[in-house]
Amino acid sequence: MSIVTVQLGQCGNQIGQELFDVITSDTNEAQRYKLSVEGKAYGVCSQERFFHDELTGELSARAVLIDMEPKVITQTMATAAKSGRWKYGDRSFFCQKQGSGNNWANGFCVHGPRHEEAVGDLVRREVERCDRLAGILTLMSVAGGTGSGVGTYITQCLRDTYPHSLILNQLTWPYGTGEVIVQNYNSILTLSHLYQCSDAILVHENDTVHRICAQLMNIKHISFSDVNKVIAHQLGSVLQPAHTQSTCSQYSRNPIGELMATLVCHPEYRLLGLCSIPQMPSSSLAYSAFTWPGLLKHLRQMLISSTKMEEGIDWQVQATAVGQRTADKCGGFNTSMANLLILRGKDVSSADARGFLDPALYSPWLPAEGAFSTWRSAIPFNRYEKSATLVSNSQSLLKPLDHMVGKAWNMFASRAYVHQYTKFGISEEDFLDSFTCLEQVLSSYRHL
Amino acid sequence: MTQSIVVQVGQCGNQVGCRFWDLALREHAHVNKKGIYDEALSSFFRNVDTRANDGEGSDIAGGKIRSLKARAILIDMEEGVVNEILQGPLRDVFDSTQLITDVSGSGNNWAVGHKVYGSVYRERITERVRKAMEYCDCLQCFFLIHSMGGGTGSGLGSCVLSLLEEEFPEISRIVTAVYPSGEDDVITSPYNSVLAMRELTEHADCVLPVENQSLVDIVNKIRHMASTTKPGSVIKKDGTLISGQGGVTKSEKPFDAMNNIVANLLLNLTSSARFEGSLNMDLNEITMNLVPFPRLHYLVSSLTPLYTLADVNIPTRRLDQMFTDAFSKDHQLIRADPKHSLYLACALMVRGNVQVSDLRRNIERLRPSLPFVSWNQEGWKTGLCSVPPVGHSHSLLALANNTCVKPTFIDLKDRFIKLYKKKAHLHHYLHVEGMEQGYFTEAISSLSSLIEEYSQLDATKRLLIPDASRLSIAT
Ligand SMILES: Nc1nc2c(ncn2[C@@H]2O[C@H](COP(=O)(O)OP(=O)(O)OP(=O)(O)O)[C@@H](O)[C@H]2O)c(=O)[nH]1
Ligand SMILES: Nc1nc2c(ncn2[C@@H]2O[C@H](COP(=O)(O)OP(=O)(O)OP(=O)(O)O)[C@@H](O)[C@H]2O)c(=O)[nH]1
Ligand SMILES: [Mg+2]
Ligand SMILES: [Mg+2]
Repeated sequence: MSIVTVQLGQCGNQIGQELFDVITSDTNEAQRYKLSVEGKAYGVCSQERFFHDELTGELSARAVLIDMEPKVITQTMATAAKSGRWKYGDRSFFCQKQGSGNNWANGFCVHGPRHEEAVGDLVRREVERCDRLAGILTLMSVAGGTGSGVGTYITQCLRDTYPHSLILNQLTWPYGTGEVIVQNYNSILTLSHLYQCSDAILVHENDTVHRICAQLMNIKHISFSDVNKVIAHQLGSVLQPAHTQSTCSQYSRNPIGELMATLVCHPEYRLLGLCSIPQMPSSSLAYSAFTWPGLLKHLRQMLISSTKMEEGIDWQVQATAVGQRTADKCGGFNTSMANLLILRGKDVSSADARGFLDPALYSPWLPAEGAFSTWRSAIPFNRYEKSATLVSNSQSLLKPLDHMVGKAWNMFASRAYVHQYTKFGISEEDFLDSFTCLEQVLSSYRHL
Repeated sequence: MTQSIVVQVGQCGNQVGCRFWDLALREHAHVNKKGIYDEALSSFFRNVDTRANDGEGSDIAGGKIRSLKARAILIDMEEGVVNEILQGPLRDVFDSTQLITDVSGSGNNWAVGHKVYGSVYRERITERVRKAMEYCDCLQCFFLIHSMGGGTGSGLGSCVLSLLEEEFPEISRIVTAVYPSGEDDVITSPYNSVLAMRELTEHADCVLPVENQSLVDIVNKIRHMASTTKPGSVIKKDGTLISGQGGVTKSEKPFDAMNNIVANLLLNLTSSARFEGSLNMDLNEITMNLVPFPRLHYLVSSLTPLYTLADVNIPTRRLDQMFTDAFSKDHQLIRADPKHSLYLACALMVRGNVQVSDLRRNIERLRPSLPFVSWNQEGWKTGLCSVPPVGHSHSLLALANNTCVKPTFIDLKDRFIKLYKKKAHLHHYLHVEGMEQGYFTEAISSLSSLIEEYSQLDATKRLLIPDASRLSIAT
């Protein structure tokens, strides 16, 4: 089964290009892998998932590129073509001349409706090229105007056009100290609307990824391309082929479906966070050895203490059996709704993931069985001998979301910048609806 | 890619505009080595086949550069300045259809520019703008350049502004306004400035005020540093931000050094819309991010590096110094001290080899020393353009919506009132057909209320404002 990726805005397009790059280089590596039969199956599965063959024999990404200005798309397509391994379809992009100017309302109320048809046609063309569609993955930031506004509108349209397909929205959350001044407005408008039409929302926070680049990858001058490589690595480690519990000896054909089946079982809870270990400079990989118990111990502690990278983990936080939870014991404890663990690499079948089955990790009012799944693949991912990624539906995004809503609310209280939105048809009531929706989401997660 | 049209009005507007066109040509020539008419060039220039015989030439979409024509309209109510341009090295960039001139000037009288020439030339100006628009496939912005102190730029310039708003409301209007210094030789400059300010407050999307005194100070400091170079510290003379070298115009006129700075402001402001980068900042993002309330759209700008010292050789230190300088008093293009006033919002537009980590590091470093309004504590907008200015490895343009504009406005108001109390020169204005005393009273009350709006925000600076209490929902 295949995934159609929709890249929107500068951020979505730049991340998409890195994602396909990681996938092709990982697949190439896997095919050289000594378990050649397995490696081959992995390659076939990955290619069917993300690419189709052009008549020329080149791999062409199952992707649609969308932006309201031309510069980013021109660059992204050129960079992809330069890789020599893959490219974007020559006609699978849509751009205009003038961006949405960081204005969600401009993207959502003007550009979205105006270009709905053209974008819909592009997506349909990709969908029709798939033998079977596993789902649609959208990539976008929430802070600008195009990814967030047009992206939200297009997600709504896709929901209508493909009512039975799964839609996974990957969102990049802005740096807390800001790159777009109205980023919190754009973010809350995006999130509240997506909450009504997306199946799951997978979040990357730029601050976290930036810290991973600085502290784990040891990069001195961090560029957006470095940040995007980390995001692409994490996404790739989830989306590349793996054996799931239901497929055992074969690669799962429907990663998005299985991911959602595990992680999103209640419509009120659809925010997913992600962490991967280990993450290190590629030059150090050859000199590092990891054991599965060591990796999983760290990852579990990162989960329960809501530490998003393998550095500065708080080892004090403990999972406490439900009956014994008290306010002081729960300090800093991150309660999960559901978790999905993806293990890749050497001796993967020996990895013991039972630590994540502990009912103490989960909300008491949910049955703990079914709240956790493991996927495995013996093929090392992206040159890491062993690696583990945890996708979790937990309280870990509560704090950043609360900050975002709080800052937006503060700004809204003085009505600053609101005129820029009303100009395009988003009223104060629309803002209030978004706030209400997100306060509800916050409250639900708080009471897990 | 989108296009912009520059409308330059009066002596100052045209002289600044000329420096802009000269430096823009130099910048594109430097980046575009192949001589191909590309998207970046198309934002400010047409590529014209002058052999076509309809007089104006016909536009060529791509391919080799033939003859570049500025997307500009030159307006002055006397002929001197514009004629000089037409005889100078930039003459090929403009053709006669882009010019609107008269013979006698506005005599430093806003009313003459606004009322008399405004009504005489309104049609013709609109028609010229329409013509220029026909050559654009997606016009995004009008850049209006004029002084505040004279008669034509301030009077007719602000008339053009409201004309643009009426006729083309969806195209944004960014005004670069040169404010007179206290010792300005135009006696009536306070009248002209205050009358024009009301128009700017009501009709512009944003205004970049530039003060002549600040430009003088910057130019003097650069000269001083160049002449007193200590051993080991060599000032870079060919940096674009300060010199016009490399442009086609060779001889320097009195205002040229000052006008180069303003021209660079415009170049850096538009660079991210013209060239690629890892974090683009389009022109429409300026207003969206920096204007929280429609009237409060005056943006204080600072350019760095201005005083490039070669002795700061450690690259990161030099880079961090660039960020520090952008907030210092002596880099602001108006006389103002943003650090000791209140920021409503701030944009950092970086060019050259600078990464997002450099931005984050410097924002984190500088943030504690900069007061931001309570509802916009993280009020930063950033842009990364990969093409640096000619002669530099990197540069920074900071745009601040900051209450530090207030003293300049108060000063102007005081000078206005001093004249107005004595009714000095008032009759020159009231003689003009269509001009009434009401214009003066309304203009001064518009300015007063603008000052008051900034004051109210400023007053919140030292207060601890609690977060707004959140929406409560039924759980
Ligand atoms: N991680 C990452 N974040 C990015 C990248 N590019 C932009 N961003 C983030 O995205 C936000 C800005 O949104 P953009 O994606 O640039 O905006 P856009 O969707 O193109 O919308 P407009 O430009 O307003 O039309 C900021 O929070 C940036 O930090 C990128 O390549 N990687
Ligand atoms: N920075 C700068 N300021 C200038 C320049 N030319 C004039 N000024 C200033 O502009 C003000 C005078 O306005 P002008 O632009 O000369 O007047 P005008 O718009 O041509 O109007 P009239 O001459 O009255 O018709 C004074 O404050 C001058 O100091 C220039 O080239 N650069
Ligand atoms: Mg963009
Ligand atoms: Mg004049």
